[in-house]
Amino acid sequence: MKKYTDTGKKDTRSGFGVGLLKAGQANPNVVALTADLKGSLKMDAFAAEFPERFIQCGIAEANMVGAAAGLAITGKIPFIGSFAEFVTGRVYDQIRQEVAYGCTNVKIASSHAGITLGEDGATHQTMEDIALMRALPGMVVLNPCDFNQTVQATIAAAQYNGPVYLRFGRPSVPNFTPEDEPFVIGKAIVLNEGKDVTLIATGHTVWEALLAAEALEADGISAEVINMATIKPLDQEAIVKSAKKTGAVVVAEEHNLAGGLGEAVAGVLAANFPTPVEFVNGQDKFGQSGTPSALMAAYGLDAPHIAEAAKKAVARK
Amino acid sequence: MAKSKQELQSIATQVRRDILRMVCMAKSGHPGGSMGSTDILTSLYFNQMNQNPATWTRDGKGQDMFILSAGHMTPVYYSVLARAGYFPASELGSFRQMGTRLQGHPSVRKNLPGIFQASGSLGQGLSAACGLALGKKLDKDPNFVYCLCGDGESEEGQIWEAGMFAVFHKLDNLIAMTDWNGQQIDGPVEKVAGEGDLAAKWEAWGWKVIVADGHDFEAIAKAFELAKAGKGSGQPTMILFKTEMGHGVSFMAGTHKWHGSVPKPEQLEQALNELGETPLGDF
Repeated sequence: MKKYTDTGKKDTRSGFGVGLLKAGQANPNVVALTADLKGSLKMDAFAAEFPERFIQCGIAEANMVGAAAGLAITGKIPFIGSFAEFVTGRVYDQIRQEVAYGCTNVKIASSHAGITLGEDGATHQTMEDIALMRALPGMVVLNPCDFNQTVQATIAAAQYNGPVYLRFGRPSVPNFTPEDEPFVIGKAIVLNEGKDVTLIATGHTVWEALLAAEALEADGISAEVINMATIKPLDQEAIVKSAKKTGAVVVAEEHNLAGGLGEAVAGVLAANFPTPVEFVNGQDKFGQSGTPSALMAAYGLDAPHIAEAAKKAVARK
Repeated sequence: MAKSKQELQSIATQVRRDILRMVCMAKSGHPGGSMGSTDILTSLYFNQMNQNPATWTRDGKGQDMFILSAGHMTPVYYSVLARAGYFPASELGSFRQMGTRLQGHPSVRKNLPGIFQASGSLGQGLSAACGLALGKKLDKDPNFVYCLCGDGESEEGQIWEAGMFAVFHKLDNLIAMTDWNGQQIDGPVEKVAGEGDLAAKWEAWGWKVIVADGHDFEAIAKAFELAKAGKGSGQPTMILFKTEMGHGVSFMAGTHKWHGSVPKPEQLEQALNELGETPLGDF
């Protein structure tokens, strides 16, 4: 089994900050907007280098979405940044009309996603955002797993012509993917080959899935680990191929069951290759205050829970 | 070349005929607000905007741009666009029919020339117009961005978010308009929501405010000239056009009842008789 090394914990939102700066340097049409969360979104470097292309919107997310759509119509490539809940649930109708239905080249930079936002608690911890964005026709949904991949996903989002939802997080987490691996939208990455069970993970759960695979190996179970950094369009071929090989699947995500990656994967398998699937997610709950790691454990999203789900999936074969 | 007042009046009469015939053929649509803002949009497209259907592109480069924030007023919008040469007037008969480019509310997905952005869910167009105006500033494009809102629509909080944004970012190339007819679906605006004095509100928000008679072509032209003169001031302009819902037809004028209702065949006949025919002819 391939071993992955944490080169030093970093937050994925800092990866976005670096990616945004690189995208801005590569293309003068890239502009960035925020609703009073420049620092939280790590947009400072971009704002310092391109002051005219950084647009502060104040605490007015609805207007920010519309203004970004207008900028996109004139040929700009706007990234709008806020916390995940405030750039999805709060402005769903604006994104629907101005960005998705309006076919505007807007990139939604969604930070502090999921339960690992931590201490601020449930009002700020969305575990429904993937469902909302997945539901929109034509919306690309990306959820990179670490700092390096978030840098690359940001660059790929800027290069892609169309609406993109780019989800990342607040806590420092292991950084283990290659620094310069280009992000290919719609392509799953097989991190580990295995034959007994497939662990499909996205975002912060990818590292947990790798840890789970190690634990499973010690128990004699060979787990294949897939980093599903693109949730839409979903790499159906990779899912079916792996399921045919292992015959059992676990989907782990820092999101609720309804509308998340788990249901998307189950849909693909139901239509193409019915396979036992176990789901690791926030079930149907709101979050609460706590440290990110304590919350991941309490809501059943960490490596031990993924390993347990894998054993259940294998037993159902 | 600029149209004379008489020419504008004739076009506006034809547009009102188009509106009524479109909604009657579709058996749905919003004639009241459309007829109320007909004179504003006729003046805008025929005498004020730097626009050219032959070279129109959605990015609006080198031209003025227009957003219909009150997206339900498609009958007037489509008629004015067609009469200005964006697409054949004969297409107006397809309004709201299956497969049409003339969707109930503006769509950018049907390749209909002249439409810059989708609208319909209220309160959002002014934000999009802010983005267009900011984009033009970044591109050093000297053209203007126009946006038409409804007074009922201005009950949406996002309108006021956009109002703050436009002032903060000094969007003096943005000319917003409100179709101030005092009516909305459920009744008079004051009875539905108590919106109050829009002029005082926009002034308090930091906008240059112009109040004008939206049915007097000279007053409309003067308002636009004043608004354009604001370029360089760093201040966006709001023109509050006093209008009458259903203007031009006796039994439709001044009541919310025609916001989204369709005349019966005999009412259509009476309305068309009142308006009279024009040299442009019906589609």
